[in-house]
Amino acid sequence: MEKVSKFSLKDVNLWYSDFQALKNINMEIPANFITAFIGPSGCGKSTLIKSLNRMNDLIEGCRITGDILLDNESIHGNIDVNMLRKRVGMVFQKPNPFPMSVFDNVAYGPRTHGIKSKFRLNEIVEKSLCDAAIWDEVKDRLKKSALSLSGGQQQRLCIARALSVQPDVLLMDEPTSALDPISTAKIEELVIKLKDSYTIVIVTHNMQQATRISDRTGFFLLGELVEYGKTERIFSVPKDKRCEDYITGRFG
Amino acid sequence: MKRKKPFDFIFFLLTWLSIGVTVAVFTLVVGYVLINGVPYISPSLFALESTALNPSLFPALMGTLMIVGLSLILAVPLGIFSAIYLVEYARRGSRFVKIVRLTTETLAGIPSIVYGLFGFIFFGVFLGWGLSLMSGAFTVSIMILPLIMRATEESLRAVPDTYREGSFGLGAGRLRTVVRIVLPAATPGILAGIILAIGRIIGETAAIIFTLGNVARMPNNLFDSGRTLSAHMYTLANEGTHPGEAHATAAVLLLVVILINALSSWIARFVKAS
Repeated sequence: MEKVSKFSLKDVNLWYSDFQALKNINMEIPANFITAFIGPSGCGKSTLIKSLNRMNDLIEGCRITGDILLDNESIHGNIDVNMLRKRVGMVFQKPNPFPMSVFDNVAYGPRTHGIKSKFRLNEIVEKSLCDAAIWDEVKDRLKKSALSLSGGQQQRLCIARALSVQPDVLLMDEPTSALDPISTAKIEELVIKLKDSYTIVIVTHNMQQATRISDRTGFFLLGELVEYGKTERIFSVPKDKRCEDYITGRFG
Repeated sequence: MKRKKPFDFIFFLLTWLSIGVTVAVFTLVVGYVLINGVPYISPSLFALESTALNPSLFPALMGTLMIVGLSLILAVPLGIFSAIYLVEYARRGSRFVKIVRLTTETLAGIPSIVYGLFGFIFFGVFLGWGLSLMSGAFTVSIMILPLIMRATEESLRAVPDTYREGSFGLGAGRLRTVVRIVLPAATPGILAGIILAIGRIIGETAAIIFTLGNVARMPNNLFDSGRTLSAHMYTLANEGTHPGEAHATAAVLLLVVILINALSSWIARFVKAS
């Protein structure tokens, strides 16, 4: 079955000043799939995921050529970058809840996009927290500071916050690297559940994680997309020697 | 048996000695001012009019409050907005930012008498404001501007970038990110800077005498002259006719500073809670 592409990347090159971080990336990221980016540190996988919602715009000296299409529309063309980031949500490596209450954290996004009705906000907050599988744990402490939650809870809160603006895509940049195994398991379970409604792109250092949750895997090395395909295939019969060496643990 | 390493003990002794000396010096100064000043605090010291026979500090107290209020109104918004520009909008590490920082740091190091002279010539003579609240407040606000900018800059920089990323990642613009996320997180630090600035204003004497003047009455309007508590104290001590009242003024000055600090930390707590 051929999937519809959510993102199409065409000849993407990216430089941080003089350093080329991405080299000629061409790939299709299918809708409602979990796509994992793997590779050793500094291989460009985080850079690429940040290009998908233009978070790299915030970095000085970052230059990009080629094109990235979201639903067949260039994200570099005549597009409001804030609306792009609303459609393409992001969860970061370290949980980064704002220093405000649990409720206000989740309500921040909808409020940003003009929703003022208390009733609507309550609805959205509850739904987002339910979808992020954390509602039961925080429903009695919505007014408490988000910083009082545990690391795993904070990360699920951040997922809820990302879901609150009803994105199409969820980008996750090593979302479990700062968490314990139990919290990691909860987040993985959650990510698989979210696949039905969202396209998910996840950067991970953890290859078991990629095999457990992803449908497609891309292996990056030194800014190049070395191999990309179905996850089972990549991990069972990798075509490229470098990819094989990496997943069998010979380096990285 | 407890065994102590000799260097541990020497280091402990050194820190202990330092804190001892520090506390002793503070106690001595505050104690001296209070012991010599408090007996002279009387209702007549707060009379509306200050005369040669009864050098009331009330007009000077009012003058101090007016100068503090006015210069804060001028310098706080300017300082905070400048710092926001430097941290949130300007290109990080750009030449412009470096020049501005060098300038503000230089401004912070200039002796206050130089500000006084500048204020007198520019505001007093060139703009024709004379010795007045306006001249005084403008001069003092230039003096405290680097202080407020520096404190704001540092507290903005201390706000983790992950907060900004989180906000941008949700599709919030820069303005919303700064106002809703960064500024609230930086508020305690900014308030601390303002408290420092208030302390600097209250303690300022040289620049004030040059620009506000030193007449022993309350200013009637923005272009009227007056005096501040520190100038009042300086004058009384200088004339030598009312040494007790000079000390009493110092005690009141001290109390005002303590009061303002308490008030500011109360405001900080209130802001944090809401």
